[in-house]
This record gives sequence, C-alpha cells and structure tokens, in this order.
Amino acid sequence: MRIGKDLVAAAATPLVLGILADGESYGYAILQRIGELSGGELDWRDGMLYPLLHRLERLGLVESRWVDAPTGRRRKHYRLSADGEAVFADQRRQWGIITETLGRVWNDGHVPGSPVIATGA
Amino acid sequence: MTMAYDVEEEIARWRRHLERQRSLAPADVDELEAHLRDDIEHLEAAGLTPDEGFLVGVRRLGRVDELSREFAREHSDRLWKQLVLSDASAGGRSPGLLTAVLMAALAVKVPWVLGAPPDDILRFGGILVLAPLAGYFLLRTGASAPTAIGVGAVFAVSAGALALYPFAPHGQTVLLASIHAVVLLWLAAGIAYAAGDWRSERARMDFIRFTGEWVVYYALIALGGGVLAALTLGVFGALGADARTLVQDWLVPCGAAGSVVVAAWLVEAKQSVVENMAPILTKIFTPLFTILLLALAVTALVRWDLAAVDRDLLILLDGILVIVLGLLLYALSAREPAAAATWFDRLQLLMLVSALVVDVIVLFAIGSRIGAYGVTANKVAALGLNVVLLVNLVGAGVLQWRFVRGRIPVARLERWQTGYLPVFFAWCAAVVLVLPLVFAFG
Repeated sequence: MRIGKDLVAAAATPLVLGILADGESYGYAILQRIGELSGGELDWRDGMLYPLLHRLERLGLVESRWVDAPTGRRRKHYRLSADGEAVFADQRRQWGIITETLGRVWNDGHVPGSPVIATGA
Repeated sequence: MTMAYDVEEEIARWRRHLERQRSLAPADVDELEAHLRDDIEHLEAAGLTPDEGFLVGVRRLGRVDELSREFAREHSDRLWKQLVLSDASAGGRSPGLLTAVLMAALAVKVPWVLGAPPDDILRFGGILVLAPLAGYFLLRTGASAPTAIGVGAVFAVSAGALALYPFAPHGQTVLLASIHAVVLLWLAAGIAYAAGDWRSERARMDFIRFTGEWVVYYALIALGGGVLAALTLGVFGALGADARTLVQDWLVPCGAAGSVVVAAWLVEAKQSVVENMAPILTKIFTPLFTILLLALAVTALVRWDLAAVDRDLLILLDGILVIVLGLLLYALSAREPAAAATWFDRLQLLMLVSALVVDVIVLFAIGSRIGAYGVTANKVAALGLNVVLLVNLVGAGVLQWRFVRGRIPVARLERWQTGYLPVFFAWCAAVVLVLPLVFAFG
C-alpha cells in the first residue's frame, strides 16, 4: 500500500528521532531500520532523508560527526542532542494521543463502513 | 569490498553530476556517495550484479534535480554563497591585491594631506586611481617587460601632459583633458588586463565584458557605501558627535578610489555571478531607452526650434549615445555566439535607428549654429565625441540589420566593436594631448 506524501512527511521527523533515540546511526542504516519496522510499506526516496537530517541538525535536535567504518568508508553519523531528546519525548506524547484516539475511533466496536451516529442528548 | 572498475566509473560520473548542483556541498555529496555504496553492497549481497545495484541505488536516492531542490530548500543560503567569498578563493588571493587597493585609496588622500589644491587632485585623480589598477593587472597576469613599459608610457605621457601643459585655471581644456585621460587610461589598463595581447579580438572582447561587469559591481559597492556613509553620519549625529570629517574626508574618497580595484578583483573572482545579470539589465533597459529615443525623435521633429538647441543638449546627447553603446555592448558580451537573431535583436536595431535619427536631427541643428557663436574647446570635444559614436553606431546598425536578416554571424558584430576600441583610444589621446595645444590651454 502506498502511504500519502503528506503523511510520510509528517511522520518522518518522529520516526528519525525515534530511531536515533535508540543510539547513534547513519543515513543508510536509518532507512534500513524504517524499512524493517514498517515491513517495507513506508518508503520514501532515500535521498530525501538527508535534507531532513540536516534540518534537524540546524535546529539543534541532532549532532553529527564523520566516522570511518572498518571497511574504510566514511559515514556521517547522527545522534540525538539533549534538545532532541526533549523534543522527541514531546512528539512521542503527541503522537501517542493521536494514535490512541485513532485507535478508539476505528476499533471500539466500530465497524468500518457503517455510518457514524451521534448518540446521547 | 572493491567494486568492479566500470561501476567505479559510473559512481564517479554520478558524483560529478551531483557536484555541479549548487545546493549540494561537497560534504553532502560524500554523504550521498557513502549511502549509494552501502546500498550497492547490500544489493550485491542479495544477488544483484554491481551495475544493477548501481542503477537501483541511484534510482532509490531519487532524481538529481528533485534531490537538489530538496537540499536547496534546506540550504537556501548556499545559492547565495556564490556571491560571498568562499574559503577556497580567499586562500588563493591574487598577488598585490591588497597593496593595489591601499595604493588606490591612499593615492587620492596623500596629496590632499600634503596640501595639494583640490583642483590638482581632481585633475590627476584618474591617473592616481587607475595606476594601481593597471599595476595590479600587470602583476596578476605576469605581463612581460615590453607590456609593462608600454602601459607605463601611456600613464607617463598622460601625467606629463596634465602636469606640464600651462593650463589656464578653470579653463575648458584642462577639464576636458582630465576627463578624457580617465577613458584613455582605462583602455591602457585594458592592455595590462590582456597581458599585452591587445591585438587579439578575444582579449578585447573580454575586456569589454570586464568593463560592463565592473560597472555593475562598482554600482553595487557604491550603493552599499552610500548607506554606510549615511548611517555613520546619522548614528554619530544622534550621539552628538560630528562624523562629517571622517565621512567626507576619509570614508567617501578613499572608499570610492579603493573600490575601483576591489570591483575589478570581484569581477575576476566571481565571474559567473554578474554574467547572469548583464542580460537581464539589458533586457530591462533596452526597451525603456528605445521608448525614450522614439519620444525624443518625435519631440525634436514636432518642435523644430533651433534656438533651443545648444551645447548642453549636445553633451546630453553624447551621454545618451554612450548609454546606447553600453547597452549594445552589454548584450553583445552576454550572448551565445551560436544563437540566432530573436525579437530582442530587432528591438536593439530599433533602438539604434532611433538613436541615430535623434542624433542626426540635433547635429543638423548644431551645425547651423556653430559658425554663429565661434568654436570652443567644449564644442569641438562634444562634437568630436558625437562623430566618433555616430560612426560606431552606424556601423553597428548596418551589421545588426544584416545579422537580423540572417546574413552574417554575431561574430561580425563583435569584431566591429573590438576593432573600434583603438578609435576611442586615439580620440581620447587627441583630446588629452592635442586639443589643449589647439586652444592655447584655455
């Protein structure tokens, strides 16, 4: 299933922050991780991750450094800064509320496709 | 893991393509390349060949223009960096630049401090400022001794004439000579710019291009300098301190003189920036000047009033012709050699024709009066300049017509203009050296 562009864009920041919250990583590994976790469903042009990482760096949410891998390849590693951790915690709460609400709307005895009937007074 | 040779070549080509994107810094390209190599390795492990892996990996990264746009959105500052000095160009600073800037700035100031009269400083101003510029060119191009001697000789002869001729104070010839000396020495500096290769058409065209871009840079610096001066006056005024001496006696004269060299250096250091501006400037102002000229022609024909035509109008008209020539040269210096004639070339032709019509009308009017009031140095200089420009524009008009009709390539237009530079040189030399003699230095 293809996920809409706006939705991917909205989810990109918390996804990246969330993956970096598990520890330092680099662009390719971050994308691999997103692919694994979403079962390959969530997918965007690989290159677009980098402008996002650079924006997070400019905003001070992540820090970067160049690391020489054992194979000799130089990779730019990113990790969460203190600010980034705070923002991530905040975003996590916000997304928690949204997913929880969506879950209730869609799952609590509600059958997809049936009309929503206002109850109560 | 080493990859096959042809994949390395593919990656190198892809990398060069990315490096040409202005929004991508070299470090970004490094990062993307590491990503691509990771991906290829991964795909190879999954059973693809290296070049299959390369194709898939590049496709997954996204199209280069989209990528570049996305980077540009995040790094909009980089597009402006072209205007700011990068570390690389600052590291390779031209030899003698700082000395030349300081010399130009101090050249107008030192005689002042030593008590030279303001008139003398104005008279020699052109020499004092352009000599460091020419010196800088000679040093930068590593010109040969004969070139240096030749350029130096033009400066020495001009300076000699201005210093040794017994000019009448506040006469016409002294002012004319010092104004024309500036143009003469600018062209001499052009010989230094071309490293003595002044016969070469290409070198002359380069210098024409350089001159146009220099004007743009100088105007930009002057605007900024004006703001700086006004703010300095205002801020110190508000604090109750009088900054007028600082601004009038130091900031403005030294800044104006030093900027001559700074602008010249900027043209060379940041060539690609203004090159994009010249065609836009010509496209804006060519239609506007064409309208002005057409209106002038109509007005001159309707109000055929000989009494109202005087010397001032002739000088104004010279100014208009200089601007028309400038617009023409700007457009010429920025155009693609292979491109065919467009609507813009027809518009230029219209501008040329209307300028010539106006000029001929006024020349007729003046010619009939010049005998009545006698000949003065100013009149001869204004009329001579007018004739020099008229010949240039008639030639340019004929060639432009043939070019628009598709008969000749644009190179012929360039050759006409580059071939005409010595005429300007000769005319200016005549005004500096001969005219004062003819009019007894009055």
